[in-house]
Amino acid sequence: MNPTTLFEKIWRAHEVVAQTADTPAVLYIDLHLTHEVTSPQAYSMLRERGLPVRRKDRTLATMDHSTPTDADQLFGRIPIKLESAAQQVSQLEKNCAEFGVELFAVGSPHRGIVHVIGPELGATQPGKTIVCGDSHTSTHGAFGALAFGIGTTEVGHVLATQCLLQRKPKTLAVNVEGALPAGVTAKDLVLAIIRQLGVSGGTGSVIEYRGSTIRGLSMDERMTVCNMSIEAGARAGLVAPDETTFAYLKGRPRAPQGADWEAAVARWRTLVTDEGATFDREIHIDATTLRPMITYGTHPGMSVAIDEAIPSDGDAVYQKALSYMGLTAGQSMLGQPVQYVFLGSCTNGRLSDLAAAAHLLKGRRVAAGVNFLVVPGSDAIKREAEALGLDRIFKDAGADWREAGCSMCLGMNGDTVTKGAYCVSTSNRNFEGRQGVGSRTLLASPATAVAAAIAGHVADARQLS
Amino acid sequence: MEPIRMIRSRTVVIASTNIDTDQLMPARFLTTTTREGLGQHLFADWRYDAAGQPIPSFVLNQPQAKGCQILVAGRNIGCGSSREHAPWGLYDYGFRAVVSTEIADIFRNNSLKNGLVPVVVDEATHAWLLENPGAEISIDLESRVLRLPDGREVTFPMESFARYCLLNGVDETGYLLSQIPAIEAYEQRIGA
Ligand code: SF4
Repeated sequence: MNPTTLFEKIWRAHEVVAQTADTPAVLYIDLHLTHEVTSPQAYSMLRERGLPVRRKDRTLATMDHSTPTDADQLFGRIPIKLESAAQQVSQLEKNCAEFGVELFAVGSPHRGIVHVIGPELGATQPGKTIVCGDSHTSTHGAFGALAFGIGTTEVGHVLATQCLLQRKPKTLAVNVEGALPAGVTAKDLVLAIIRQLGVSGGTGSVIEYRGSTIRGLSMDERMTVCNMSIEAGARAGLVAPDETTFAYLKGRPRAPQGADWEAAVARWRTLVTDEGATFDREIHIDATTLRPMITYGTHPGMSVAIDEAIPSDGDAVYQKALSYMGLTAGQSMLGQPVQYVFLGSCTNGRLSDLAAAAHLLKGRRVAAGVNFLVVPGSDAIKREAEALGLDRIFKDAGADWREAGCSMCLGMNGDTVTKGAYCVSTSNRNFEGRQGVGSRTLLASPATAVAAAIAGHVADARQLS
Repeated sequence: MEPIRMIRSRTVVIASTNIDTDQLMPARFLTTTTREGLGQHLFADWRYDAAGQPIPSFVLNQPQAKGCQILVAGRNIGCGSSREHAPWGLYDYGFRAVVSTEIADIFRNNSLKNGLVPVVVDEATHAWLLENPGAEISIDLESRVLRLPDGREVTFPMESFARYCLLNGVDETGYLLSQIPAIEAYEQRIGA
């Protein structure tokens, strides 16, 4: 057989019907993750057509986007402030009950951000096709799964048929070699990749992240990288599974157990791009030259190294972005005052992110005038962090320790940044108004977020430790 | 779905590059559980001030935008979130086509499923359209041709099955349901 890419192997294994000139492929979906925001209209479609959810055993639901992070509201001790959010949550409960879909509702120990809980449960596995009505589904590609975001009509397609109509995308290899310098994280790496590719550089493609740097990343770090594939326009990002992947999955509740485990690992080991296989396009990145990154503009491609000046060559759109951000070309980001810091999201809301942040924060205080929100990616992460005493470190420093959810990543649940205020955020999008009307988002790593929280302005975390 | 063959209309131009779906439909409007009525929130943060009043300088608030069915946008429209609320909003507002040099993947897919035709054109055609807002153009889906007012014709790419569905008002859900026997056979083969 000809040498094939990892992507090609997964794709072929899921072709129910191959594509032709006239028709797209019918692609089988192994795991369908759903949440409250992008599913209601899909359930309405099922109802209108009198259809059941075809494979309930391959469908999971959680609530994360519009759920409050305030414990009293979340657990119903006081009503949810945002009525529309409350309605959406109750609609999901109704839909899941009516159609028999497993739901991790409030109170479930497994509830959390959809892209955090899939891996945590071991439901995300190498070689699977995974979709969700959410663009950051690319996160699951860290396990060597073909995972991508879909719209609500397609959510309906998968609920009804467990399949999607898809044209085969192109392949793009992002090769990263060398050791990351001290103080440079996976978040900095992916911001640098997006800067190089541009925000539409990956359009039409599935990325495979390759090279010694990627092999050396933990699963949490690989998820951070794959998570932001969509910010370069790519619907999916993949990392070939290896010992790191297997070690992470072993013993997780939904991972194969016993004899099945050995068989699964043997199968997963074949999920690599063969020697000699070709990609439609390749780029190369030298990790040894990277520095901590921070964004200054209104899309994730507008980033600089923390000690680099904001570029001054730009067109009218560029000027408009800078004026929205209240920043000037030529200025350094260091010293830029901030009013909010957000640590969380499906990009950087996992235990290792919280631990790294707490490690830097320990014994220090959040600067006066800074609102530092810490939101674990899932309920399980919150419990683990509390068992490790991380919550104490955050609280003692003056940070706000919250319940799990998407929170200030998109501000749908009422956790928002006020108009004109700056927020150093560990999330993935710095679009205009993303964190609230008029909000100004500076995307960065958990370390850079903590450095800003302590200083009250953008600071270089490498000078902290 | 209504079959679509030809869209003939004046254009509205929003030249910004990378118009993400958060701009098309800010997150606070995603709490709806239906598809209807989202047109009023389209571009909400560019269209209305803090008091909810229309901002006169924004093109959708100007009289010439009324009735226009074709949006000409800067490069890479629809990037970001997968929210189908973005094309629902555009359609509900009255748009039937979006023209740009690049259209983000998920947004393009979502648009096709909702009778909103994504049209990718070359740089030169795009530049002309950006410079001539309000131009009366036509988009012929049958021949995949965009016609400029001076009669110039520009072909645009369109995935064949999506085009077939739009032209014939075929809904993809129905087509997928007709594949159930093949899906069952597949499940048996892999033991799923
Ligand atoms: S954390 Fe942010 S990016 Fe991730 S799923 Fe939630 S809203 Fe989307």
